[in-house]
Amino acid sequence: MRSRRELYLRLWLIRLFEQKVENLFAKGVLHGTTHTAIGQEAAAVGACSALGPRDVVLSTHRGHGHLIARGGDPCRMMAELFGRETGYSRGRGGSQMMADPSIGFWGSNGITGGGLPIAVGAALAFRLRKERRVALCFFGDGAANQGMFHESLNMAGLWKLPVLFLCENNGYAMSTPTAAASAVPAIAVKAAAYGMPGVTVDGNDLFAVFRAVSEARRRALRGEGPTLIECRTYRLSGHSRGDPRSYRTRAEEAAWRRRDPLRRFRAELKRQGEWDEATERAVRREAARRIAEAIRYARRSPFPDHEAMEKGVFA
Amino acid sequence: MKTLTTVEALRAALWHEMRRDRRVILLGEDIGVYGGAFGVTRGLLDEFGPERVINTPISEMSFTGAAIGAALAGLRPVVEIMFMDFITLAMDPLVNWAAKLRYVYDRACPLVVRTPAGGGRGYGPTHSQCFESWFFHVPGLWIAVPSTPADAAGLLRTAIRTENPVLFVEHKRLYGRKGGVSDRLPPVPFGSARIVRKGKDLTLAAWSWMVAEAEEAAQRLAEEGIEAEVLDLRTLVPLDLERLAESVRRTHRLMIVEEGVRSGGAAAEVAARVGESVFEYLDAPIQRVTTPEIPIPASPSLERAAIPNSERIVREAFRLMREFS
Repeated sequence: MRSRRELYLRLWLIRLFEQKVENLFAKGVLHGTTHTAIGQEAAAVGACSALGPRDVVLSTHRGHGHLIARGGDPCRMMAELFGRETGYSRGRGGSQMMADPSIGFWGSNGITGGGLPIAVGAALAFRLRKERRVALCFFGDGAANQGMFHESLNMAGLWKLPVLFLCENNGYAMSTPTAAASAVPAIAVKAAAYGMPGVTVDGNDLFAVFRAVSEARRRALRGEGPTLIECRTYRLSGHSRGDPRSYRTRAEEAAWRRRDPLRRFRAELKRQGEWDEATERAVRREAARRIAEAIRYARRSPFPDHEAMEKGVFA
Repeated sequence: MKTLTTVEALRAALWHEMRRDRRVILLGEDIGVYGGAFGVTRGLLDEFGPERVINTPISEMSFTGAAIGAALAGLRPVVEIMFMDFITLAMDPLVNWAAKLRYVYDRACPLVVRTPAGGGRGYGPTHSQCFESWFFHVPGLWIAVPSTPADAAGLLRTAIRTENPVLFVEHKRLYGRKGGVSDRLPPVPFGSARIVRKGKDLTLAAWSWMVAEAEEAAQRLAEEGIEAEVLDLRTLVPLDLERLAESVRRTHRLMIVEEGVRSGGAAAEVAARVGESVFEYLDAPIQRVTTPEIPIPASPSLERAAIPNSERIVREAFRLMREFS
């Protein structure tokens, strides 16, 4: 596990990145759409810090946090949101399509559940080549109702593949509450149908997520197959920009704000005697500095060359 | 040189590529002990084992997606979709992931999706369709549409070796058809149409099984004094527009034969591109011979009436020559 300070920094990097993105959209600086992960930072950082350097991560449409958690570069992320040549996908992917294979981040995905079979295939290849690696796929409670979820878990369970299915259950698929979309109230119980353990953890508790993913990873590397991990969490922001959040109450949001994952992490550090005001200030200052740097980098970067627009469709 | 059926030629191509490159794996329904619905993979399980010949559950969407994941991890998967009609279930990973990986993420996706297409066997509305035109509309996928055993083997070998994702269309009526194949199964490049028969009065452009119908039609037309050139496109993406245009510059008439239905078909796109490039050479409007706008009926009598065949091509060619002589 990374140092406590490093973990705390990543939580803050995600929080400030996402706040800045919402702010830039609200001001009309950024165009298109985006899905932010404010409130879900602990699941991303907890899961990614339990992985090895050669493991791979597949992400979702709400993927900024996962990429930062895996060690992605906020400068290249912000440049992608700004549609610049220096962005992760050279302005071709936008908010929902960023990847950094050099750190084992194989891409966010604009299709709900789209990463699930990709992770299964990666795990299939790892096993075939006898490589000690796992694939981890983030997905949401909404994706658990996709056919791809059921097919992918079935194949992974059938073939006992080294893949971790990490569900961030934030309670809503866009505006639809989980209870109005899933015949059973929990996602984790669906694992029973596919011959793998299903565990539920408090997704706002970084250490709980870390422990669950670490155990699932050890199990996968022992050849015992996949695990479905359900992280109960909440997105404190709207689904995407321009979401009036009419499907939930402000009281519910306030209740979850009291369970803010950053606050939880800080409380845990305090309890362990590893926190002081100076650390708090230093971490926040460092995160703010890096986000400001990312915005400067993005603004300074050129737009992609139109001459090259039609290039690179094929090898 | 030896004589093989298309099934044997495809199997030989798979065998050679799997021997040559350990990264080549196969995934699909009933491709193991059963050898695939049409027997293309028969014997490969015994030869290469269950780790490389992976018999999947009936989950087209996810085993196609898994093949893409395996390709990203460094393997070269060849997927079999049992009938092209079922490719509807695998559209998402092909369209929204495989086709975009190069453009967006600059990553290679060495994936081949083989699938039997077409009618003529009485399999009815959901086991007889040709959907290559849908994929023609998706930037990022190569499309092979072979018409002979030699091309089937040669194009498949190229498909397996390229870094691009490939849709590989195998017509069911070709499977049992025999043809000469060189012993070493030479790879055939994509984007290179083949002149099947030379002619000066009219160009018949076709692919897949329709090449056989066009060839037969050309023979009958020759008996009546009309010399039709037959062009086998072999791949739709990349499209060999140069050879098409060159042929039309000589014959001044183009008829495109497509087994799929008319609206939004690949023939429409081919016609538009030829029209844009050599309009001044045309002595007649470009004609299409296609299946009408109907689901493919099961009754043999209806199916024969629906799908283009040599008689219809001959009839349409006569009409074209009469109206625009």
